[in-house]
Amino acid sequence: MKGAEPAPEYSTDDKAFREQNPMAEFLRMERMPHIWCPGCGIGTVVTCFVEAIKASGYDRDKIAVVSGIGCSGRVAGYVKFDSFHTTHGRAIPFATGLKLANPELKVVVISGDGDLASIGGNHLIHAARRNMDLMVICINNFTYGMTGGQVTPTTPTTANASTTPHGNYETPFSLPFLADASGATFVARWTALHAHNMTQTFGKALKHRGFAFIEVIAPCTTLYQRRNKLGDGLDAMDYYKENADIQHGADTRSVGISFQGDIALGKFVERQKPTFLDAVNDHYMKVLGDSYQLYGKTTAELQKEAEERARLSASKEAEILECGADD
Amino acid sequence: MDGDHALAEGALAAGCRFFAGYPITPSTETAERFAERCPEVGGLFIQMEDEIASITANVGAVWGGQKVMTVTSGPGFSLMMETFGLACMMETPMVVADVQRTGPSTGLPTLTAQQDMMQVRWGSHGDYRIIALVPDSPQECFDLTIEAFNLAEIYRVPVFIMTDETVGHMHEKVVIPPAEDIRIVERNWYMGPKEDYRPYDFNGRTAAPMVKAGDGYRFHTTGLTHDERGYPALTPDMNKQVVTHLIEKIESNADKIIRTEEDGIQGADVVVVSYGISSRIAIRAIQQARNAGIKVGMLRLITVWPFCETKIRNLARNVKAIVVPELNYGQVVLEIERCAAGQCRVISVNSCGGAVHDPEEILAAIKEGANQ
Amino acid sequence: MSFGKLKKAYGRITINPNWCKGCGFCVEYCPTDALEMSNAYNAKGYHPPRVKNADECRDCKFCEKVCPEFAIFVTTDQR
Repeated sequence: MKGAEPAPEYSTDDKAFREQNPMAEFLRMERMPHIWCPGCGIGTVVTCFVEAIKASGYDRDKIAVVSGIGCSGRVAGYVKFDSFHTTHGRAIPFATGLKLANPELKVVVISGDGDLASIGGNHLIHAARRNMDLMVICINNFTYGMTGGQVTPTTPTTANASTTPHGNYETPFSLPFLADASGATFVARWTALHAHNMTQTFGKALKHRGFAFIEVIAPCTTLYQRRNKLGDGLDAMDYYKENADIQHGADTRSVGISFQGDIALGKFVERQKPTFLDAVNDHYMKVLGDSYQLYGKTTAELQKEAEERARLSASKEAEILECGADD
Repeated sequence: MDGDHALAEGALAAGCRFFAGYPITPSTETAERFAERCPEVGGLFIQMEDEIASITANVGAVWGGQKVMTVTSGPGFSLMMETFGLACMMETPMVVADVQRTGPSTGLPTLTAQQDMMQVRWGSHGDYRIIALVPDSPQECFDLTIEAFNLAEIYRVPVFIMTDETVGHMHEKVVIPPAEDIRIVERNWYMGPKEDYRPYDFNGRTAAPMVKAGDGYRFHTTGLTHDERGYPALTPDMNKQVVTHLIEKIESNADKIIRTEEDGIQGADVVVVSYGISSRIAIRAIQQARNAGIKVGMLRLITVWPFCETKIRNLARNVKAIVVPELNYGQVVLEIERCAAGQCRVISVNSCGGAVHDPEEILAAIKEGANQ
Repeated sequence: MSFGKLKKAYGRITINPNWCKGCGFCVEYCPTDALEMSNAYNAKGYHPPRVKNADECRDCKFCEKVCPEFAIFVTTDQR
């Protein structure tokens, strides 16, 4: 530090700071500081995710995080769970295999808009269709950051990107609408500014059984903000503050985002539907009876699990009806 | 039982209980058999949205603790290439069968070929090594699938069964021995203290023990160049360590991995080197040549990759010619020419796929080789 | 409902100036204005925040959550 005496609240001893940090048990502190740019929103999302896990009391040994490629793809490397940094677009199928191989895991995919909606778009819609029991956090910064600011399927029309140097002429996906239409059973959206709400929603999504999709709008200062002359990270946060409109339960057909336009936020969808694995088990127990087993579990054991699930699902249904959207 | 079904039975016998697949001719029967048998034996089959998703889900399932297999053909094999690189980089044990059909592109979907022999070795970008086995009968489809699982677990590498449409759809008797007579190598699970666990050990000889997600090790793994903790380490030095290890753990054990079958090589003037269905056609040509008084031997490659370099080098010193029939425009023959290094003639009996050889073509090549 | 008996919460802020990249999120969105940007530079040339008024921190931990660098945290002060 130059120019001033260290203030009393400063912890300039990195080792001590790592150890004292309340997230020390959840982040790979030895890898900090991370690679993301000043004002990038990814770190915020990671903190909120970790806070949600802390609050949920979930056994952190049973959580696995899978990322694809890109800036958000690096999340897996910084969280202290079983974590997998896979190939471009393939986080969801990797997570599908992981979850099905070891159903006691809570598998969370954290990746970006380019990774999940462009190259991985097919996997996104099919995992949603199957109601695969995954939680997917899509950090949407409207651009490919790692490769230098190219246009993505979520870049708003007219926004500038390095591969649409005169402005984007394509129509973007509205990701909550896409997820909802594909069959996701939990769909929400927040921005990097809405840290408390995001944390709460992550907590709910962790408890949700089935395909949960949470889009988080986050600033890319180095590319999206700069190319579009939108200022720095704080300017992005101000935009979120000014243009955000919390609309829990909103019809996902109405939540598209135009260039610097309004952003509808909240939990749009929460419904109960059998997950892929529940459907497999229920179906086979019905048609094959006692001869059915999964990974050595007897039909009686699976049956017991199914009853427990039905009980939980009924209470959950009541809870959804009772509280509605309450973030 | 046909070869495709034997692949599925071999996988089940080896303890494979997870199969993510996508239908493609002529390999679909394997997926169908697995889907049928899964619920009875405690396994799970999932038909994914495409081959990329299938192979990636399989890699994920390995890290979730399962033994996995998938099966595909030409176009699907091409789609899987990127993930084979990921599997090699993450040192993921898995088995993939390619029931080869004629290409390029959609080609002749229902007809036989051996055109993916170089693709399996070089198809994903970067330097790495895989193991590839080639069965010549439904019985070998069963046996080699079990062996493929064992090799995959020992070396933590994807192992390929490069069969073809003819063997895949050929019905023959397949003997499935009692479970206690089948040698199965289980995964080398890590047993030491949690804090000391390292997913990788770049020693160039053996693969590090594995753990599975959910066991509390909270490990990381990535397709990026990584250190022994699995953390990204993006330097040329680190890449050298990783790549050298990926290659050497196979090359230094090549003698243990490679299996061949030979017949009448001692004193032969000509040796037919072949694999898979081509070797069965070659048998007839060899018999005809022997009847005609030509001293001809046969070398059948059961393991094609890693390649039996020393064997071919020694062979080339002692014979006039090596005849190489294969159902492609000349792929493995290139490797044989490299090893022979001009010490004997190497005659390629190639084909553009679609049909197996006429034994006469191979016989003509044997005669040509013997007459010089 | 009576709020009279509720105790005011206090937090103690710890900042790692070495990891800070000076985005200013914590300062701008602190609901009680407890932080400000300092004039000091860290090794990377960014201005890290400093605590302007420690007594104003209500332990809401918003700065901790919104900080993209994991460079600030708040512990509950049991005064």
